[in-house]
Amino acid sequence: MTAVIDKPPVRERPPSRWAAPPRPVWEEEPSKAGLAGKGLVLTLACLGILFPLWIVIVTSLSSRKTIDQAGGLVMVPKGITFIAYKELLSGGQVTRAAVISILVTLVGTLFSMTVSVLCAYGLSRIGSLGHRWFLMLLLATMFFSAGLIPTYLLVQSLGLMDSYLALILPSAVSVFNILVLRGFFMGISQELIDSARIDGAGDFRILWQIVMPLSRAVLAVITLFYAVGYWSAWFNASLYLNEQDKMPLQNVMIQLVQKQQAPVGLGQAIKTGELSGLAVQMAVMVMALLPVAVLSPFVQKHFKKGMLTGAVKG
Amino acid sequence: MSHSTVPRSRAGADDRAGKAAAASDDTTATGKNRKKARTGKLSLRLRFRRDRVLLLMTLPAILLILLFNYLPILGNIVAFEDYDPYVSDNGIVSMLHSPWVALDNFQQLFADSAFWHAVQNTLVLFFLQLVLFFPVPILLALLINSVIRPRVRAVAQAVLYLPHFFSWVLVIAVFQQLFGGAGVLSQLLRRHGYNGLDIMTNPSTFKFLVTAEGIWKDAGWGIIIFLAALASVSPDLYEAAAMDGAGRWRRMWHVTLPALRPVIALLLVLRVGDALTVGFEQILLQRDAVGPGAAEVLDTFTWWNGVRNQDFGYAAAAGLIKGVVSLGLVLAANKVAHLMGEQGVYKK
Repeated sequence: MTAVIDKPPVRERPPSRWAAPPRPVWEEEPSKAGLAGKGLVLTLACLGILFPLWIVIVTSLSSRKTIDQAGGLVMVPKGITFIAYKELLSGGQVTRAAVISILVTLVGTLFSMTVSVLCAYGLSRIGSLGHRWFLMLLLATMFFSAGLIPTYLLVQSLGLMDSYLALILPSAVSVFNILVLRGFFMGISQELIDSARIDGAGDFRILWQIVMPLSRAVLAVITLFYAVGYWSAWFNASLYLNEQDKMPLQNVMIQLVQKQQAPVGLGQAIKTGELSGLAVQMAVMVMALLPVAVLSPFVQKHFKKGMLTGAVKG
Repeated sequence: MSHSTVPRSRAGADDRAGKAAAASDDTTATGKNRKKARTGKLSLRLRFRRDRVLLLMTLPAILLILLFNYLPILGNIVAFEDYDPYVSDNGIVSMLHSPWVALDNFQQLFADSAFWHAVQNTLVLFFLQLVLFFPVPILLALLINSVIRPRVRAVAQAVLYLPHFFSWVLVIAVFQQLFGGAGVLSQLLRRHGYNGLDIMTNPSTFKFLVTAEGIWKDAGWGIIIFLAALASVSPDLYEAAAMDGAGRWRRMWHVTLPALRPVIALLLVLRVGDALTVGFEQILLQRDAVGPGAAEVLDTFTWWNGVRNQDFGYAAAAGLIKGVVSLGLVLAANKVAHLMGEQGVYKK
């Protein structure tokens, strides 16, 4: 081998975003075994989360033939078909449940956010009348709960049985979320608010035009929390709704997946042999996980900030 | 927009008073005097006029909290009644017309072996979660923190956070697809000539199953707080330790872990305060599959007797006991947190 003299200058490539940043001089060279071990554990942890979701998604997209061949759940996609989704979304129980869930989530989240943001702003102006008392009133609820039975009797007495309001009102405000919002609002520069006030802005205008635009990150996080709460809720529906036709998606999923019932109005497609019941169950699960899985990564980068301005208790 | 007659510089400025920030209402008084003048001399009526918009904003949430968090506390008198739900369609009317039985419900409860069984299950589950679940986020956070490639960190975090946002219905359905009678594990075993295995309906391993589901769903989410604690450690400490000859592991032991200690202690204390709550929805969803023998905890006991068997007085009694003991535990935990010099749930 001859040494290469005068190598032509290599064009500097920008460092890959996957590359490690430079190591401080005092830090030891990472050992091969250590790196491999770390990588292995992390990969396994991530696979442990993603693999089941993969199976669910692939099975929901498989035809009856593929599912029969696999003897149940499918791991390798073959002959993708959307027939399960087409059937589920062509009207009937699951379509109705999905629409109900979406509406409850939208209306509930809007209501919760309105009430919480207003309250958080009201309580963030320290020194206002009753501020301390109201705060105590909120904080105290983190220590006790009235109990299942009295709450149930109250909702019943209010005449909310079989009403969608029963899915929204009892859990509409989360004290934790209000405290997170309040903590964030309190961090906004007082001079800014004062100057707006001098310009003649009232509290509503200050909240809407100054405080909220500055709090987009935390608003996104809290909106996600509320939305996920409404989307995932099934217990209130099982307590307060008696009519099958009113059940939201999660409750229908319990019946389909856990109790292995066939969805109402789908018997035909399953009988003709085109569609596997398993694919239908998996499709319902995908419908339940999709909105959450799609939305949460976008808000993810704000989680840490949002969570830490609030309290420790989650 | 409203025009208040009283000048104010509120909010942060008030509490941060003393700092020069207080400004807009300008009198000749300075510093502390100004604060005194404002808070001391304003009459309630004037303060009400000044803050009426803020009060209006706070009101809806306060009303909801009063209605759904405070009012039901009164409903706990049902625990001292032989509550008859058929007196009237309205729960409150029934409550007023039901016969008073004093402590009968509680006596019955203490003589009920099913109740004590639920207590036992609750405590065993709490203990399992404490030993098996609690350390996992800490270890995961240490692992993630030691990864220096930003992209790898971001991807791993995104994946690990994900299951936190799934509903319990979905999590349990997913577990069923893996470990149920028709699940992936059973398929695999059968293909290789063994009998299928249904972990989801096995009462003897149920508590481990519940713990595993909890880890799958929330361990990733739990790392956030530890990562934040780790991010606030000054790199100088590591450098100084390295200069003194501490290797990787010694730095972890003497720098990283001490940084985590307050957070770990605090979360541990709070978790112990919450000992009687071990996952209501999660367990309720699986109660039918394994039977109450293994799955009944205090919350499901209350649900079963009250909502299912319509024995409201009895169930409310069980719920009240749990609530009172929990309150005591949480208060005690907070006290301990304060003694350790931490904030706990509220500031001292």
